Amino acid sequence: MGMTAAEKILAKHAGKKEVKAGDFVFANIDLVLGNDITSPVAFEQFKSLGAKEVFDKERIALVPDHFTPNKDLKSAANAKMVREFARQHQISNYFEVGRMGIEHVLLPEQGLVLPGELIVGSDSHTCTYGALGAFATGIGSTDAAVAMATGKAWFRVPETIKFIFKGDLQKWVSGKDLILAAIGKIGVDGALYQVMEFCGEVIEGLSMDSRFTMCNMAIEAGGKTAFIAPDDITLEYVSERAQRDYQIEISDKDAQYAETIEIDVSELEPLVACPPSPANVQPISKIDNIKIDQVVIGSCTNGRLEDLRIAAEILKGRKIHPNVRMLVFPGTQQIYREALKEGIIDIFVEAGAAFSTPTCGPCLGGHMGLLAEGERAVSTTNRNFVGRMGHPNSEVFLTNPALAAASGILGRIASPEEVE
Amino acid sequence: MKIKGIARKFPKDVDTDAIIPARYLNTQDEKELGKHCMEGIRPGFYDEINTGDIIMADTNFGCGSSREHAPIAIKGAGIKCVVAKSFARIFYRNCINIGLPVFECSKAFDESDEGDVISIDLENGVIYNETKNLSFEATPLPEFVRDIINAGGLTKFAKKFIK
Repeated sequence: MGMTAAEKILAKHAGKKEVKAGDFVFANIDLVLGNDITSPVAFEQFKSLGAKEVFDKERIALVPDHFTPNKDLKSAANAKMVREFARQHQISNYFEVGRMGIEHVLLPEQGLVLPGELIVGSDSHTCTYGALGAFATGIGSTDAAVAMATGKAWFRVPETIKFIFKGDLQKWVSGKDLILAAIGKIGVDGALYQVMEFCGEVIEGLSMDSRFTMCNMAIEAGGKTAFIAPDDITLEYVSERAQRDYQIEISDKDAQYAETIEIDVSELEPLVACPPSPANVQPISKIDNIKIDQVVIGSCTNGRLEDLRIAAEILKGRKIHPNVRMLVFPGTQQIYREALKEGIIDIFVEAGAAFSTPTCGPCLGGHMGLLAEGERAVSTTNRNFVGRMGHPNSEVFLTNPALAAASGILGRIASPEEVE
Repeated sequence: MKIKGIARKFPKDVDTDAIIPARYLNTQDEKELGKHCMEGIRPGFYDEINTGDIIMADTNFGCGSSREHAPIAIKGAGIKCVVAKSFARIFYRNCINIGLPVFECSKAFDESDEGDVISIDLENGVIYNETKNLSFEATPLPEFVRDIINAGGLTKFAKKFIK
């Protein structure tokens, strides 16, 4: 019997020839990620473990991105804890404000996560790196502490669901719509404890940026992680960034899948995930005159260059609706600079948008654009739970960047087709 | 060990933003987080409940973010156990890692009401509804997971790996 890519990666890192879904393993980790919210809790556990040193100062990445630049005194104290831990343990991959980015955009860009690797991060969207053919999954702070101290984490080997995407993509349909379609189909717990492996002709034609967006939201279906088999597009992305050797793993032809789901995208329109669930998706044509107060473009889901480019293309020469605030968050400093060079930032500012330094910001209702009671936002982020972006009586509609830009211009949830 | 408390029922897909809204994530203090437990879905929850109460939830409890602040807030509020039809993965392992008992049991949820007196035999995963005189068996925990719990949580379990 063949193995899935997930089984192969876990087997290799647990020092076993073979594992199967349902097995428990203690496996060696290639990289541990922490941010300014989850790391302070991990540091307390690190101390209580009695650990004096980290397992490998080059295999830990600390990215203060959630409540930074420091939003208040408590957040400042937490960011300071992260900084001091990084200094004390000489963590080589600590990224200070001004040099940092949103963790799941930054780590792939820096070549710190690679195909065939086993990555854990104390952030649920760590599954993003499945786009590179890594097994990458979110863990809690205690797990992160143990991983930082020992280089190990425990896993129940997951089953895999195979998603085959076929057909031709319509204009304005992107990776965001493909993942929303999948979540809409299986529900917010449709992939509980399982891996979502994406394949098919549509995936093969997708850019890395769109693949990251897709894998990023596997957690929104309860998935343990996502996986896309590395191909030429992956290797081109990785080859100019990789800081260490890596070994690709792909699923065997006779691997056992829990389920195979085919999605024909030919008729797929851009989608809107209506509150309060990412699975509550509607095609844009079914959305009728929903007025909005705010647009957020950015996050670990859609804060990459491709996302900014497409939004800028729609905004160019146009103005944001007088009743709307548009907030733009590039994923990293590098993306910020690229956007600057390409004239994208100028387009946003000219249109009347606020362009920020990278931060998770309002995505999780942290800072930089919370919603007041009764307000409504269109956002390219990943969650639209009750109160996610601010007041419990505010609402978030999730879309791709093209729809977000068009909505900002028209002051209501809209398709770029409606923009004159 | 046996625990006893009042059932506090919750619907399906309770996310970690509902358990502890992100605006409180600037602290790690268990007591402080506990005061805001469930504020996103049931404001005033902390004032309603007594130490020892038990959360009973429908499917996919704890979905969303990886914040360990969620099970810490539940612990800090004085809740001694969470019984759900199913759990989101990261929340589930966070509970195991910090030593908050969790059990999967659909029948216990379906056949218990808010306010029922529940007692739980933690070793054997047996849930008694004393109000209705019913008994339920939770899905047994895998041996690997039981070893972590029996060690007193992941940090104690993992001490053997520290150089």
